[in-house]
Amino acid sequence: MKNFQIAIIGGGVIGSAIAWELSKYKLDVVVFERGSDVASGASKANSGVIHSGINSDTSSLKARFCVEGNKMFQSLADELGFPLKWVGKYVIAKNEEETKELKRLKKVGIDNGVPDLIIKNGSEINEPNVSCFAALWVPTAGITLPYQFTIALAENAAENGIRFLLETKVTDMKKQNDSFLLSTNRGEFRAQVIINATGVDCRNIVSMVEEPDFQVYPCRGEYLVLDKKYSSLITSMIYPVPEKKLGVLGVHITPTIEGNILLGPSAEFIDDLYDKQTTRKMTKNLLAKAKEIVPVLPDRAVINAYSGIRCKLAPLESGGWADYRIEESKHTSGLINLLGIESPGLTAAPAIAKQVLKMISLHIDLIAKNNFISRKTMKRFSEMSLQEQSNLIKKDERWGRIVCRCEQITEKEVVEALNNPLGARSLSSVKFRCRAGMGRCQGGFCTQHIVRIMGEQFDIGIKDMKMKSPNSYLFYRRNREVKE
Amino acid sequence: MINKDIDVAVIGGGPAGLAAAISAREHGAQSVVILDRNSWLGGILPQCIHDGFGVEEIGRSMTGPEYAEEYIHRAKELGVKTMQETMVLRFDKKRNITAVNKKGLYRMQAKSVVLAMGCREKTRWNIMIPGDRPSGIYTAGMVQGFINLYNILPGRNVIILGSGDVGLIIARRLKFEGANVLGVVEILPYATGLPRNVVQCIDDYGIPFFFNHTITHIKGRERLEQVTVVQVDEDMVPIPKTEKKMDCDTLLLSLGLIPENELSTDAGVEIDRLTSGPVVNQNLETTIDGVFACGNCLQVYDIVDLLSLDAKRAGKNAAEHTTTQTQKKTGIQTVPGKGVKHVVPQFITQSGIIHLTLRSEKPGKDTVLRITKNGNEILKKKLRFVNPANMIALKVSIPSKIIKSAGIMEVTINDD
Repeated sequence: MKNFQIAIIGGGVIGSAIAWELSKYKLDVVVFERGSDVASGASKANSGVIHSGINSDTSSLKARFCVEGNKMFQSLADELGFPLKWVGKYVIAKNEEETKELKRLKKVGIDNGVPDLIIKNGSEINEPNVSCFAALWVPTAGITLPYQFTIALAENAAENGIRFLLETKVTDMKKQNDSFLLSTNRGEFRAQVIINATGVDCRNIVSMVEEPDFQVYPCRGEYLVLDKKYSSLITSMIYPVPEKKLGVLGVHITPTIEGNILLGPSAEFIDDLYDKQTTRKMTKNLLAKAKEIVPVLPDRAVINAYSGIRCKLAPLESGGWADYRIEESKHTSGLINLLGIESPGLTAAPAIAKQVLKMISLHIDLIAKNNFISRKTMKRFSEMSLQEQSNLIKKDERWGRIVCRCEQITEKEVVEALNNPLGARSLSSVKFRCRAGMGRCQGGFCTQHIVRIMGEQFDIGIKDMKMKSPNSYLFYRRNREVKE
Repeated sequence: MINKDIDVAVIGGGPAGLAAAISAREHGAQSVVILDRNSWLGGILPQCIHDGFGVEEIGRSMTGPEYAEEYIHRAKELGVKTMQETMVLRFDKKRNITAVNKKGLYRMQAKSVVLAMGCREKTRWNIMIPGDRPSGIYTAGMVQGFINLYNILPGRNVIILGSGDVGLIIARRLKFEGANVLGVVEILPYATGLPRNVVQCIDDYGIPFFFNHTITHIKGRERLEQVTVVQVDEDMVPIPKTEKKMDCDTLLLSLGLIPENELSTDAGVEIDRLTSGPVVNQNLETTIDGVFACGNCLQVYDIVDLLSLDAKRAGKNAAEHTTTQTQKKTGIQTVPGKGVKHVVPQFITQSGIIHLTLRSEKPGKDTVLRITKNGNEILKKKLRFVNPANMIALKVSIPSKIIKSAGIMEVTINDD
């Protein structure tokens, strides 16, 4: 049995942000992630938006952590090297009635300390493909790649001594004296403080040690990804006025850092915490709603679809809105619960992490390290100058071998992705780190090369190769292999 | 940066690129260079280990690797230079090419460029199949590569969606390797692959064919577990209560091919939305001077023989372009009319014998193909059988008066 001071359950953006903050101190910390990589759940399946803080009432934790988090992002991006662009957002009103909602949002924003909010006439907005009556311009909203942000936090935390145990599911937890005993599929562990950062699973974790005083209402959001060919349709995010009945922001059109456009998310309350399917009904619905905003949107532009599950603490019947709960259990000392962390959770993550640090300090002394290693970041081959490309190829010829033709990703970038300090070795781990397989052919050509590299340079047997999760095996066996 | 001047640069070393390069050398081009992304030549051919290649062109049935060997041998003999594991990053209207490989970056000035990048396979998202996103969903060509080049069997219980040739051929191949092929699901009332492949790969192995069916849902949170197969009506709309849940661990998609023209588009080559390939004239020259197109990036062919013959013309014309002056590009347009999906070339600037390739819209019997311009018949030909799976290739004599007068040349296929 291994003892840790702190165990974080869940390697999503919240767990990873906390791990990263903790990696600056002299502590023994473990992160349990049941997926094959960090950002396996809602942290990778969202809009990738850094919100400004105009949507939640001033008294709420959602507003507080969103506004605080937003202010932290630029320096985090500079430090960790993940992509971030302040493209701004328009909330558009289709008629005079909806303009009232813009005014309300502007007021909430001002109360929350969001700067530079302006309501513009429909004719004044800088989006030729969008027609509207009026729009609220929010310049402090930005976009990032949510999985790359999470990966950056987790990898830098791992480089600074935080243990990440992937494919490790916490199956039981008991409080014994001053510490917790955790059972997992990889044996037992002990920790003084537990951080429950498990998203939709947060109730299941709590119920291992006490009767939870809340329910989780999973709410699925589906997205469509458009081919990069259409990247010029919009330059900033375009949101409708929020859907109050569902406690969500509504189907919006979001440019991504990579040039794809996202349509979504839908909002559908479901029974199953893990049912991340996409549906024909919602696909149609998303396209129809997006066309209301951008009428010239082509029908056959979709290259992928995905969904994520919101962890809501309020059901549809009561409007779907509930505030975050960031608190230590009243009954179980040392269990810090992060409950209902849905949108704007990505934005709030760094601020929540700081808050959790304060809560941990009540139990454990935080002594800063003086040997913190900053993250080495690497420019993408396709973004380098010809001179930079030439120089690198001279150093390592793998820079000169393009593996993913759609996205122009080199063998060296694939190898670096597989070399990650978390030990994540699935096909998706490669995809989310370097983008190989994310283009229009969706892995049609590069999968064979990545599989070859996994075998040749990482000695992974074909039966151990996975797509994205512990049992998502890619292959059955070798041809004519005799079955044991 | 490594600089090079060449006569003919051929982008892509599959069957089209090889044929074009050989022909360019045979017609006087001095330096002919093939740039290919893979570590091997022949493109998709090495994984096509079934036979039938070369029957129409050479009169001998070969496997894909054998057919490729013939061409590679001939190319070497003629001194065609090949650069493998070399990716063309871009080219421009002046035929300046930027490419990369493990030795470094290259800038090449070519007198002619032949586009032979081939095609890619349609994915699940081209037809938007909803449901979970498990492992076990592959395109047919990907699996053909895994089985034949990497010795890997991807799954045990397989369903194939779409009846393109690669899907049919791989069904038989999977059977050989001991996998269960549970069925081929095709939304149309007929196979889109060649009739001989339906007989030799599906019927002969007792694999069930589900015509007028499609897949509407995918289940499996990690590895594929089940698909929902449903019958469709004449408008391809699913018929309620015809859903069948079929357990399987692998779904192969044989949904058709998309010409790869990202490079062409970036350079400013005009693309025909019907073929998804470049708009070309009778010399297979695109809308950029000195840039020619052939093979599956021009249009998706069904057999390699015809593809190679066309590619050789592209190579010959590319070679001739290195020494002769540019011809004027105005001419008449060719368009598909009733019963025709698409026609190549899309415009004709010269009188004489023109090679036309086209596909019918649907299968038909006792049909008549007509080529007309402004109501005047240029050609009428009886076609006993037509099938969209079989490309129709014709030679047509176009008199100079047709080219000189304005108008559009229309190709139709009608029942008679």
